[in-house]
Amino acid sequence: MTSRLGWAPYALLLPSLLFFVVFFATPGVQAFALAFQAPDGTFGLASVQRMLGDAKFSGALTTTVALVILVIPIQLVLAMSMALVINSRLKGQGLWLYVYALPLGISELAAGIVWVSIFTQSGWLNSILLGIGVIDRPITWQSAETPWLLILCVVIAEAWRATSIIMIILVAGLQSIPREFLEAADVCGATTWQKTRRVVLPMLRPSLQVAVILRTIMAFQTFATVIALAGSGLNVLAGEAQRWATDINDEHVAAAYAGLILVLSLAGTVLFLVLLPTREEQQA
Amino acid sequence: MQSKGMRRSSLPAVLAAMALAVSACGAGGGSPGASKVVMISSQFVPTTEQEAMRTKVLADFKGTVEFIGADPGPFDSQIRAQEKAGKGDISLIGGLDGDFSAFAADGLLTDLSDVATSLADLGINKDYLKLGKLGTDKQLYIPWVQATYIMVARTEALNYLPAGADVKKLTWDQLTEWGANIKAKTGEPKLGFPAGELGLLHRFFQGYAYPAFTGGVNTTFTGDAANKMWAWMQKTWQYVNPQSTTYGFMQEPLQSGEVWVAWDHVARLIDALKDPKAFVAFPVPSGPKGKAFMPVIAGLAIPKTSSNVAGAKELIKYLLQPKTQAATLTSVSFFPVIGGGLAGDLSPGLKAEADAVAAQQSADDALPALLPVGLGGQGGAYNKVFKDAFQQIVIGGKDPATVLKSLVPTLQEVFTTSKAPCWLPDPPSQGPCQVQ
Repeated sequence: MTSRLGWAPYALLLPSLLFFVVFFATPGVQAFALAFQAPDGTFGLASVQRMLGDAKFSGALTTTVALVILVIPIQLVLAMSMALVINSRLKGQGLWLYVYALPLGISELAAGIVWVSIFTQSGWLNSILLGIGVIDRPITWQSAETPWLLILCVVIAEAWRATSIIMIILVAGLQSIPREFLEAADVCGATTWQKTRRVVLPMLRPSLQVAVILRTIMAFQTFATVIALAGSGLNVLAGEAQRWATDINDEHVAAAYAGLILVLSLAGTVLFLVLLPTREEQQA
Repeated sequence: MQSKGMRRSSLPAVLAAMALAVSACGAGGGSPGASKVVMISSQFVPTTEQEAMRTKVLADFKGTVEFIGADPGPFDSQIRAQEKAGKGDISLIGGLDGDFSAFAADGLLTDLSDVATSLADLGINKDYLKLGKLGTDKQLYIPWVQATYIMVARTEALNYLPAGADVKKLTWDQLTEWGANIKAKTGEPKLGFPAGELGLLHRFFQGYAYPAFTGGVNTTFTGDAANKMWAWMQKTWQYVNPQSTTYGFMQEPLQSGEVWVAWDHVARLIDALKDPKAFVAFPVPSGPKGKAFMPVIAGLAIPKTSSNVAGAKELIKYLLQPKTQAATLTSVSFFPVIGGGLAGDLSPGLKAEADAVAAQQSADDALPALLPVGLGGQGGAYNKVFKDAFQQIVIGGKDPATVLKSLVPTLQEVFTTSKAPCWLPDPPSQGPCQVQ
């Protein structure tokens, strides 16, 4: 088989390999080089130390990790339920797919601003709560004095904004499960739970793995939603990278932050590859 | 069956592709014109202001203008990158006095004395023209527009002023008392500061609080007077709406009623002042050392690498014309630098701002504090010191003296790297400013 195809597979892989080298690997290596350089060009740990010693560093790291830990399980459960609704052959399943996928077309910052209009003191949420008499004065959701409330606001906005991308991957995964397997399970007298547990979930594992890894990487890069909702009240790693690059004009510390985000994303990816191995990986 | 499955599963892929296509829109640029003038500006960076510049202020210019509003970092690095390359598209720079002194020190700017002469009959403010020479005998930038920061309050807030206080002659301690009264009566903290990502709170410390309490900024960064200023801010913060850390422009929370009394840049308050019955503008309060305020003077300069010097000079002349200056005032709320006074038919909001600015400048205890001068690419690092101090002392509740002491090396590094000497109201320094 291989000999008949000859070099063709490699030639077909070449464009994507080139793309990867030019647009990902090269800037990635350059970013690391920048991070281990001081503004005067000498190599060393000065910029990394500057990042670690910055007053905002520990807050940015904890908030980012907290967001990742909170957002991903919530989104996974939501996306799974949404995907099952779409896959259930209910009436109007197509409509649900379009409704669920709407946030995909909205940019991160625009989504953040939409949620500001909900959470701000004179926003929709307080107006409704005041209107139905649950509260007698507006609640300040977006205060730096209650960071956990701020994080909650960001988690809700992020869940709304980015759950659909996971859902789409899961829907594709569900639809690729051959009907024969489920029919065979029916013949053997499997219950719905047994079918889900023994057929659907194992066969969905590759899609779940892709979805979780993709979302983890995106969560480490969360930026515009936080800026819009929390302003200077909450710091995340990507936000600090942006501040050091554009406000403070120090590309080296910015690159150190970017490098840290890359390392964390890689660690998250490896973690999920180990936790959710696909059949091929288990055999390998 | 297989083909049916394929058809169904292609739907999510199509949707995802559409979403990507939608989010990719917005990239792209205009086609270059023959006599195009590319103008980069550190002023009018917010999207709405850039839009107003393009559609209202620059629309009547006879050539084509590409207006780029840039944050301090990209602003500085794009101009310097062009200088390093020896050529480039940027033909005109709109910046602050402090931006230009760094460019001039490195010999980046052309002499505009001929433009100044040709504009003589416009009566450009003589003091500003002198500033534009940056201590040389050449006109290195032409004054363009000016602005400053003032206070605005909702009229209902005036009922809670401290006994005997005159809103036009407040002290910062009276502002605290005012905020306390409002909180006591309404149950809500209703003072406001722009402490959000896009806010200019660092300018409050650099040009208002520090000079008013300590008489300086960098030479009085630590010490008893500085500790007192931060202690005042800590005390006042309990009467400040905690959502202030998300506010960029104070006009919005003022209009929604989340905030009743606020400090901000005139261009970021004007929307509220469009309703003169609901809002009042007044001078900033005074501190122990006087009524400190920060005049903002923006100018226009041509880099030596300009690819369209003639077009850039035409654009300078256009921007200084009374009609354009009036358009700049009404669309982005920066005030004219040319003579002849403000036109008689000012909108009520601009009239209120102009009166407050005049009262501020002519106060007996007026103490002008300049914007940072000569920091160049270190401008953002300088602002970060004040933002970090605020985060740690006011939001984090840490001891001012300890935090300030820990920030001195970072602040000193800004001056050592940029070699910037002290600026008013700090006493002049030989060599880089020394933080104290």
